[in-house]
Parts: sequence; structure tokens; C-alpha cells
Amino acid sequence: MSTPDMGAHVLASSQWVNQHFPFFGDIGKTIAGWFSWLQVGKWFSALVDWATNHLDPLFSFINDVLQWCVDSLTSVFLFLPALIFALILALIAWGIRGVRFGIFAFLSLALIVQMGQWKDAMNTLSLVLVASVIAVVIGIPIGIASARSSTVSSIVKPILDFMQTLPAFVYLIPAVSFFSIGSVPGVVATVVFALPPGVRLTELGIRQVDKEMVEAGEAFGAPPMKILTRIQFPLALPTIMAGINQVIMLSLSLVVIAGMVGAGGLGGVVYQAISNLDLVAGFEGGVAVVILAIYLDRVTASLGTRSPVARAQKAAAKA
Amino acid sequence: MSPDEEEIVPAVRADNLYKIFGKRSDRALKMLSEGASTDEAKALGVTPAVVDVSFDVEPGEIFVVMGLSGSGKSTLIRMLNGLLEPTGGHVEIDGANITDLRPKELRSVRQKKISMVFQHFALFPHRTVLDNAAYGLEVQGVDTAERRERAQRALGMVGLEGWETHLPEQLSGGMQQRVGLARALASESEIMLMDEAFSALDPLIRRDMQTQLLELQSQLGKTIVFITHDLNEAMRLGDRIAVMRSGRIVQIGTAEEILNDPANDYVAQFVQDVDRTRVLTATSVMEQPLAVVAANAGPRAALRTMRENQSGAAFVLDRERRLVGAVRADPVAEAVRKGEDKLDGLIEEELQTVTPDTAVADLFAPAAESPLPLAVIDERNRLLGVIPRVTLLAALGNVNGHDAPRHTSVAEMEAEADDVPGPAADDDGKEEAAGVDS
Repeated sequence: MSTPDMGAHVLASSQWVNQHFPFFGDIGKTIAGWFSWLQVGKWFSALVDWATNHLDPLFSFINDVLQWCVDSLTSVFLFLPALIFALILALIAWGIRGVRFGIFAFLSLALIVQMGQWKDAMNTLSLVLVASVIAVVIGIPIGIASARSSTVSSIVKPILDFMQTLPAFVYLIPAVSFFSIGSVPGVVATVVFALPPGVRLTELGIRQVDKEMVEAGEAFGAPPMKILTRIQFPLALPTIMAGINQVIMLSLSLVVIAGMVGAGGLGGVVYQAISNLDLVAGFEGGVAVVILAIYLDRVTASLGTRSPVARAQKAAAKA
Repeated sequence: MSPDEEEIVPAVRADNLYKIFGKRSDRALKMLSEGASTDEAKALGVTPAVVDVSFDVEPGEIFVVMGLSGSGKSTLIRMLNGLLEPTGGHVEIDGANITDLRPKELRSVRQKKISMVFQHFALFPHRTVLDNAAYGLEVQGVDTAERRERAQRALGMVGLEGWETHLPEQLSGGMQQRVGLARALASESEIMLMDEAFSALDPLIRRDMQTQLLELQSQLGKTIVFITHDLNEAMRLGDRIAVMRSGRIVQIGTAEEILNDPANDYVAQFVQDVDRTRVLTATSVMEQPLAVVAANAGPRAALRTMRENQSGAAFVLDRERRLVGAVRADPVAEAVRKGEDKLDGLIEEELQTVTPDTAVADLFAPAAESPLPLAVIDERNRLLGVIPRVTLLAALGNVNGHDAPRHTSVAEMEAEADDVPGPAADDDGKEEAAGVDS
């Protein structure tokens, strides 16, 4: 059965229903009339308008702070000559993951320099880092709260679902009306987009910690905060780090989309290239994004394996 | 616990404890406390895990709660230290009600008075063995040097010197649980809760751990509440055993009481496969020593005692009923013929003796080696009773019922000192044997 056939079939039968039972359509119209007051989109727009008009001082404060963070981070990254900073990043990669990845990191970062994308890449990197740090700082406490209380969890979960599935472009619009064009709406939209995995994996990690171990803490009279910091958090850390890794990856993917609202960086390069159908610039910008992604992913993934358990194992092996 | 206290305060007391899981637990509690059955309560959509449980655990006692999975024993033990809040009733620790304590006060009780050993050890994988053992002290705020020293001592008690810097995962299961035990010991609380502590270990290791626990207990005298589903373990460890079934305690008693006098068919069925020779002790099979003579008596009197009791030998006791040795009929008769007036030189001092709590299973070897009945003596060497070989065999043949006569005739056994039917194998046996000199 091919699809067009089926479509035609469905259409024909719906026409048949309308012909023979016209009151179905009327009932539909009547019911729709009852709910004409329900204007989800308009309400949201009104809410955004209200916030824009009334919370302006708050938004401009956030705007200033974020702008300052992104700008200063970018200028730090660009302070040193490109190749020297690339070398530093490569050395970090070496230290964390090993010499092979270090060499790969240096060569690929040097490729970004060679393509003339370094400045934009560093701009993107600082956007990603600022957005990720904010997402982690907000996400982990929410994750902890959801792990500790099923009520919080059941409230947070649908919100996270909403944040994750609402197309990213859609929350770029209010972000722009709050913060106008520039890096900041990009950062804010990125935070919203990248937050959910941080929350979810923190919750999962803490809930996965063996119940008996938490009980052991309780049975010896440890206060809840100590159980969290000394037992649950250290044991959940590998999962939480996986969440942070996901946050960074999602940030990077949205930062490119944020180029549309003038966030600059590689996103800007790619967006311009799309507008001009400039395959050369588009591909180079895209490759630079991929290189940054690989670098950030591998480095943060390695950090995840340095859990307290793994560290203890190392220490015990030495002893 | 000074002995002059009028009444010993129980270390742990459960008073009409209920734990009912589910939304309508309050209604279910009311129904159950008015005498409804568990099944009726379940119709409300609740799970009654613990129903009307009351018991006292005396200081220094090992109190075993035994039941199959789902009988509510784990829920029960978690109420004893407040990990779970009872739906009804309350828990007293050293006479103080802990059920209504605020979280902070409850934590302080847990730090100082009760420690816990877990079924799956619950060791922290990111801490060394030493730091695991020191955990309770760390929570109490003991400074690093002191807590390491005390943790070290606790590890020494469980035989884990030299493993301090290892991680739990580098240890075998039995060793891991010894770390769990050391963690509980290090906090120096008087009460230890052990939740299926040895159930995750394989049988040989489990026996070792039981032995070690009993040895530690004889040195430390903690109050232990031990949860298990293994009846043999319960019988081996427990001073008293509470048998649980669907949330209720169906019987509380010593191993022997539960074996010999099960409260209902459930308990009876439960205990029918138990190896009684491991549970019953010398006390429950020993008999009154009839052929006894005083150390300062003459050969003539000794011979008469043996004749009266149709026995080929007699135990010799001093004034305090302490066991001196035994004499046999032939040399005594010889001495009488020679006209000697003292037993000196006739007394055999190398005797096989056992303590009252020796398991019946452990009586066979000494009984086989000894031509005389086994002498059961207390810690001051006083003779409590005797176990002729034939009594032992009769007890063994008798494991399926305590009502059948213990033994038949013993007179034909050469060199056996006793032929009078002893006390029945119930509790009275202990008292009769102890009061034998009256």
C-alpha cells in the first residue's frame, strides 16, 4: 500500500463523511467557538510583552553581566597569539587525555587558525563556556532537588520536556525581545536549551546511588547535607559529568543557531554563509564547529572518568 | 548495668510497633489494632509490613529476628533506629522513646547508641578500608588522628590488620563484611543492628563470620539485634529468637524453646529441618549425676554408692561440688579388700568434660574417647550433670519429638556411672541438674 493512495483514500472518506453527516462539521465549529477565548500563542506573546515592559531593569542587568562575561572571556582567549593559545589548549588535552589526543588537538586547532576562523571560534568558545557554566550552576541544584523529592521531580520533568522539545528557534524570539540582538540572547537561549540534560543526569546519578549506602550514612547519624556531599554526590559524579558533557555539546549546537540573532562567532559565519549561499565559508565554519565539538567532548568526557572512586583506586594501587 | 538496679532497662524495646505502607495507612492501623486480620487490612490497598510487634532486648543479648523474605523483618529493624518511622507504637532505646525525636536528636542517638551492619555491606567504594571503618566516628566529629586510631583498633578486632589502605572492592565478600562490622564496632555504640549481615556470603564464610561474631560478642557484650532468614544461623547466634510471619511475631524464645515447643504449625514446619544436634546443648541432654562420692569418703562408701546406683564408676567431688575426678569399682573393691580407708591414688583425674552450652553435635567426639560418661561442668568446675554415651545416642534418635522417653536401660553398659532416667529434655532439666545437690 503506497502512501499517496492512502492519502487519497482518507481524503475521499472524509469528504464522504462531510457530505452525509454535515452536522459533524457544525458540532466541530460550535465546540471550537466555545474555546475561542483560548489563545495560547497570544497569551505567551502578552506575557513576553509584559516582561519586556516591566522587567527591563532586570533584563538589562543580566544583559550587562553576560555581555561582560562573554567579552572578557573572548579577550582572554584572544590575548595570546592564536597558535600559542592553540598550543596551550593542546597541552591541556595532552594532560587530560594523553599525547595522541594532544597532537590531534594541536593540529586541528591549527587548522582553524589556518582557515582564518580563530577569532570567531574563540568567540563561540566563550559563548559556549559561559552558557554551559550557567546551565550547570542552575541545573545541578535543580537535579539534586528533583532527586531528593519526587514532587519536585514531577514538576520539573514536564518543564524540561517542554524546554527540550520546543524548537530552539522559538525561544530565540523572546530572548531577542528581552535582550535585543547580540551575544546575550544567544547565551540565554543556549542556557535554556542546554539545561535539561544537566538536570536529568544529576537526578539520575543521585537516584542511582545504592540505597543501602545512603542508609548507611543515615544509620550512623550523618545529616542530610553530609550524605549528599560525602556519599551521593561523589558516587553520582560520573553520571553528573556525563550530564555536563551533554550540556556543553548542546550549548555548542545551539550557539550556531544563535548566530541568527547576531550572537556572532562561528554561528554568525555559518548563518552568513547560508544567506549568501557561500559554500566555502559555510564549510570552513562548519569544520571549525566540529573541531571545537570534538575537543570539548573528549576533554569533558575524560574529566568524567576521574571520579572519586577512580581516584581512590589509583591511590590504592600506588599504596 | 549494675546488678543492684532493681529492674534492668531493656536496651531496645519495641512497643506495639506497626508499619503500614500505603495511602490509607491510618485507617488500616485502626482496623488492625482493633483485631482485623492482615488480609482484611490489605483490602484497603495498604501493605502492612509490621503488625503489632512488641519485644524487649536485654543488654548484652543477641536477639535474632527470623523470618522469610516479606515477613517484615527488614522493615522492623529499620524502625529500631528510626530509618523508618512507625505507623503506630514506639521504640525505646535504653528506656528513652526515640519515635518522637526531632531529626537532629535522632541523629545523635544513631551516632552514639546504635550502629548498623548491612546485608550488602554498604561500604563506600571511594574510601579506603580505614576510612570506611572510621565513618561513624567522622560523622560524630572525632578528629582525624583519634578516629584513625579507633578505626584501626576495630579493624584489628575483626582481623583486618594490614588492609587499611585497600579499597573495599579489592576485598572478598567476607572481608568486606568484616569492614562493615568494624565500622559498626568503631563507633563504640552499645547496640548493633545487623540486617541479614551474613546472608550475602557463601556458607563456609558465613559460618566463619558467625563464629567471629560470637567470639567478639563474648569479649564485648554488645546488644545485638540480628535479622536473618536462615534458621540455623538464628539458632546458632541467638540468645533469643523472634520468629516473624507476615508482619507479626509468632513466637519469641530460646532456640531450644522454639525447637521443642513450637507455638504453632508454622513454626513447627519451619524448624523441622533444623539440625537439632547443632541447636540442642549439653544442658538439654545431661542427666543428674547420681553416683557421686565425696573426696574425703572412704573406699567402702564409694563402693556402696556405686552398688546402689548399679554403676561401675563414680565421680568424686569436693565440698563445693567441684569435680575432682572419678573412681572405678574394681580398684575400689580391691582397696576395700586391702582395708584401705582413703580414696587417694584411686582417683582418675583426666576426665572428658564439657560445658553446658556445648552443642550436642560436639559431644560425640569426647564421648567416643571417654570410657566414662561426659561430665558437664560450669566455669567454676562444679559438676552440673553427666552425659552417658547411651543418653547421647538416645537423644540423637529422639530428635523428632521431645515427649518420647529419653533412654532405656543403661545398666548393661560397662563403666557407665548412671542408670536412672534423667530429667526430660526441657527447661526444667537445667534447674534440676543445677539443684542436684539439694
